Amino acid sequence: MLQIKGLEVKLEEEDKQILKGVDLEVPAGAVHAIMGPNGSGKSTLSYVLSGRDGYEVTGGSATLEGVDLLDMEPEERAAAGLFLAFQYPVEIPGVGNMTFLRTALNAQRKARGQEEISAADFLKLIREKAKDLQIDAEMLKRPVNVGFSGGEKKRNEILQMAVLEPKMCVLDETDSGLDVDAMKLVSDGVNALRDAGRGFLVITHYQRLLNHIQPDVVHIMSDGRIVKSGGPELALEVEENGYADILNEVA
Amino acid sequence: MARADLIARRQEAAATRAETMTLPEGAAWATEAREAARARLLKMGLPTRRDEYWKWTNPESLIAAEAPTAAVFDADEAPIFDEIDRLRIVFTDGVFDAEASDPLEMAGIEIARLSDAARADIHWARDLYGTLEARGHASVERPFAAFNTAYATDGVVIRVTGTAARPVNLVYRHASDGSDVILHHLVKVEEGAELTLLETGPAAARFSGGLEVEVADGATFRHVRTQGRDHERREVTGVFARLGTESTFQSFTLTANGKLTRNEVVIELTGDDAVAHVAGAALGDGKDFHHDDTVFITHDAVNCESRQVFKKVLRNGATGIFQGKILVKQGAQKTDGYQISQSLLLDDDAQFLAKPELEIYADDVACSHGSTSGAIDEDALFYLRSRGVPHREATNLLTLAFVAEALEEIDDEALAEALRDRLAGWLERHSS
Repeated sequence: MLQIKGLEVKLEEEDKQILKGVDLEVPAGAVHAIMGPNGSGKSTLSYVLSGRDGYEVTGGSATLEGVDLLDMEPEERAAAGLFLAFQYPVEIPGVGNMTFLRTALNAQRKARGQEEISAADFLKLIREKAKDLQIDAEMLKRPVNVGFSGGEKKRNEILQMAVLEPKMCVLDETDSGLDVDAMKLVSDGVNALRDAGRGFLVITHYQRLLNHIQPDVVHIMSDGRIVKSGGPELALEVEENGYADILNEVA
Repeated sequence: MARADLIARRQEAAATRAETMTLPEGAAWATEAREAARARLLKMGLPTRRDEYWKWTNPESLIAAEAPTAAVFDADEAPIFDEIDRLRIVFTDGVFDAEASDPLEMAGIEIARLSDAARADIHWARDLYGTLEARGHASVERPFAAFNTAYATDGVVIRVTGTAARPVNLVYRHASDGSDVILHHLVKVEEGAELTLLETGPAAARFSGGLEVEVADGATFRHVRTQGRDHERREVTGVFARLGTESTFQSFTLTANGKLTRNEVVIELTGDDAVAHVAGAALGDGKDFHHDDTVFITHDAVNCESRQVFKKVLRNGATGIFQGKILVKQGAQKTDGYQISQSLLLDDDAQFLAKPELEIYADDVACSHGSTSGAIDEDALFYLRSRGVPHREATNLLTLAFVAEALEEIDDEALAEALRDRLAGWLERHSS
């Protein structure tokens, strides 16, 4: 599904190398987690995959089902099936949440040569998905993320994921700012989307999210590289001993 | 140049201009009011760019004896508010078009053409004509408004005694390249009465518009106008309103295109607990777009509220101006005054100039103002694109969102929706 080979990235503004050769492959149906200390390059990886400005790819490749992601505009990546759940979802005053979702869904459908969804069908779809995430009509009407609590913002990210049905989901620190109940709700939303045809890359600093979203593979990232990969037990090791032990071991 | 010389030069310009004009005929009272307006004009003179409130807008083309021509724009779409049940009064190049207009009859209101009213003796019209305009010069001179009162050839006079069941729509049609039109309207909304007035379309190649509105105690006046899309159109308008106790005044203007638009709104809150909301959205694409909102709100009563919300979307060298003032007189305690003017500059060539002013002589008031100029929010743009919305569509969505705050000032959702459609259409045509 997602294949990253030797990916090297530096900041456009300053001459600072952030990713120094990332190799990673997430097959369809699998959930991979990336853990790592702050500043290891986890979020940069998610931004580069989704096409955010400000980064320069100096080497390597990233493909989704064999298609070069790095050559595409952000909207083309989305239409190709990539979804990034933001660590800090953006507030957009003046744009209603429903309008936003419907515009996004129809834009993707149009880009894929599919027919636009009717207003009635969309309403039905959104009500059903929103219900599972305990998102009420009021939240759907409000401007995108404006005045939402941290938990509401993250639930809104998962709602978008559920409606857009991407092939590859990248979750950037989705657990940050969540209390236990919200984490459970968000995780249930993610788990409901687990599917043989869909890949997940879950980026997190802490192991606790992985109690709820059970990964198949855990990668440890440090200083712009994947330094260690293993099963779910790797996350527990981090939880118990911190990153220092692992990093010393691979150094 | 010495101040006396400047005044002399302004007065000379006014005298020269007045010589090319003839006062329309009418009853003695009308002639008297027009002569008084002409006298005001001759005393004030016509502005130059040295005038405080004209330094950003060049008045020359508004002063010239001959109106610069403007090609008639074929919008190729149904007139705005076509879906809304309304009483239409049509002026083609400033000439009343009886065929195209609806009968001037509606329960609860009296409507007449100004040209008829000025020949008759309608006491309320006599009392109002030129009165609010004349009061409007108290702090800042507005020579074009005096010019309008003196020389307006037609218009409508409306007196509302009940609740008007449907809006009155002044429909302006621009039919010839060289039309030079002066219209003046009077509206008196009597105690507890309600009216919505719509003004739509480009009136002429050059248009001078005057509107005096007396809103009596407990009355409501709503005003929504769209100024047409003719690119070379020039227009100077003056809205003068006086508000009684617990009355409401709301005005919204959508301007798209136009070589020069100067919209002045002058409001006096003279009764306690009155509310005045003035808002506008202007859309300009290209160096030939110049749009100027000049607003002056005077609080002269207790516990009144005023809001000014102006948004401008500018690209390719378009220019937007905002000059807005809140004057709170001594004794106008508990005033709640708010003013915001914002521009969205879609490229580096566009410019927005703003002059927000507060002048406050009461000590128990809450007044705030703000003005911003900015580009599209890059984070929001990326967020939308990351969800699959293409760059152009995302930009338009964010632009509409920017303007939305001004549209929210309109109570009537059907009117707001019609304006939103026009806005979206314009953005669709003017985005790349």
